[in-house]
Amino acid sequence: MARAESVLRADGLEKRFGALVVLDAVDFTVGCREAVGIVGPNGAGKTTLLNVLSGRNTPERGQILFAGEDVTGLDVAARCRLGIARSHQIPRPFGGMTVFENLLVAAEAGAGLRGPAATRRALETLALCGMLPRANRRAETLGLLDRKRLELARALATEPVLLLLDEIGAGLTDAEAQILVEIIAAIRAQGIAIVWIEHIVHVLVKVVGRLVCMDAGRVIADGAPDAVLRDAAVIDAYLGQAAHAASHG
Amino acid sequence: MMAAPDMRVERWTRRAQGFVVSLLLLALVLAFGPLLFSAGITDRLSELFVYVMLAVTWNLLAGYGGLVSVGQQAFFGLGAYLAVRLSAAGVSVYPALLLAGLMTGALALAIGEVMLRLEGGEFAIGMWVVAELAHLLVNLDPLVQGETGTSLIALDAFSAAARRADTYWAAFAAMVLLLVLVFAVLRGRLGTALQAIRDDEIAAASLGVRVLATKRVVFMLAAGGAALAGALWLATAITFQPHAYFSVQWTAYMIFMTLVGGLGTFEGPVIGAVLFFTVEWLFGASGVWYLIGLGAAALGFALFAPRGLWGAFTERFPERLLPLGYHVVGARAAAAAGGGEER
Repeated sequence: MARAESVLRADGLEKRFGALVVLDAVDFTVGCREAVGIVGPNGAGKTTLLNVLSGRNTPERGQILFAGEDVTGLDVAARCRLGIARSHQIPRPFGGMTVFENLLVAAEAGAGLRGPAATRRALETLALCGMLPRANRRAETLGLLDRKRLELARALATEPVLLLLDEIGAGLTDAEAQILVEIIAAIRAQGIAIVWIEHIVHVLVKVVGRLVCMDAGRVIADGAPDAVLRDAAVIDAYLGQAAHAASHG
Repeated sequence: MMAAPDMRVERWTRRAQGFVVSLLLLALVLAFGPLLFSAGITDRLSELFVYVMLAVTWNLLAGYGGLVSVGQQAFFGLGAYLAVRLSAAGVSVYPALLLAGLMTGALALAIGEVMLRLEGGEFAIGMWVVAELAHLLVNLDPLVQGETGTSLIALDAFSAAARRADTYWAAFAAMVLLLVLVFAVLRGRLGTALQAIRDDEIAAASLGVRVLATKRVVFMLAAGGAALAGALWLATAITFQPHAYFSVQWTAYMIFMTLVGGLGTFEGPVIGAVLFFTVEWLFGASGVWYLIGLGAAALGFALFAPRGLWGAFTERFPERLLPLGYHVVGARAAAAAGGGEER
């Protein structure tokens, strides 16, 4: 892929927690408007990769370019204002505020909008995510699906160029996950690049055009979803386990 | 898909507007206080205004910013001390009170640079340490003469009646100014960012909120407000003995007023201040039993009405008299019309 076409380019990322190497020389690129899925066994370093890309964790080594700009030294908030938004695996709603106010924070702080423009952004995003009927609810009263939707909507209200999703489908039923898939497909149709970590592979491949498989802090496969899922290393490290687990209920 | 034309975001209601008009009328009456009320009442009202300022600033910090401090007496004391210092240096006395508040606010920028890096209990106790440190440092000043203290001598130049009226007006103006300022801050972008930080700091940062800068602003505002309250308290009491100003009891009062009135609501602390003031007026002379009563009341509220009087009230009547938040009108209808999911 040509350099000019990539929205995000990470080279040689290394992250350690004490003696444990969680990311080991990871190169990772996301093209403009591209949707990439990340799979891999637990402990492969998927969430850490997302944390390093979003700025929550600082890598020991490596460089992250976003839209051609070096963002390696910027904190989470600064990267969000540039256009990298993320959702958390366990939703983190602002419980004391209403759903609308949750999105307003994102539109004001993340997208830098003010007054009516911020209000409009919040309302349009609520509509896209099917959350208008919940607009005036205090976020702490929401159930799991709505918390996940809020997490997604809030990230989207920051007007991101790149959206990082961390297991947003985890804990949902298939029907509930389908609702999220439709929203994420709509987000993708707007031209927003997406990096999505998910264990539910059949949900993931409905949206992403490329799949990356990680194991023990390394990228072991990267390419079209079909090819990656047929890759021997992937089957050995990840899908074999999954198939094994599935066959035993 | 897009917002239906009849959907809008409401911030004021008709009832709230009516309430603001009645508040303005009350303010108009209070503005003529010294001409209307007896000397005793005028003095007590000046003290009430100081209480309101203390409760409102503590609530701004803890109720909206999640920054629970047990050391706000640091700023209360520094405000009084700087007022004495400025007055001794020749600044005329009432401007010195305001200047002391502003200077303490500026000083809080430096203190916050260290303290705001602490979290939760560390911040709370750390602030108490700051207060003790400020107390000790002030005691070293030869003008203060340790715990002997000093007085705001410049006030002796006024007659008792003029002093009473001027202090009343100064306290009233300071309270109104602070209430309007805090209200404006909480209703604006800073207010939503601050509440987001209170509820989840990590999520706030990941949405682009400048966490430290936001905390810094409210820390300074709360410090400046408490300092102005301390300077005004000095004007009512005239004598400055460090231990009376740097006492943790001031923060205990702030906590009591805020918890009883309603933590994290704008109206709550004002109600709490009026209540505390009334209780103190009626029972303050009863010594130990008064303190036991206060403690029991605080405990009772913490256990049975954790959101305070105003919090309990708004659970039954959701409409706010001084609304800070946002209410989306017509959202359900718009979602139904736009084919949005209704589940």
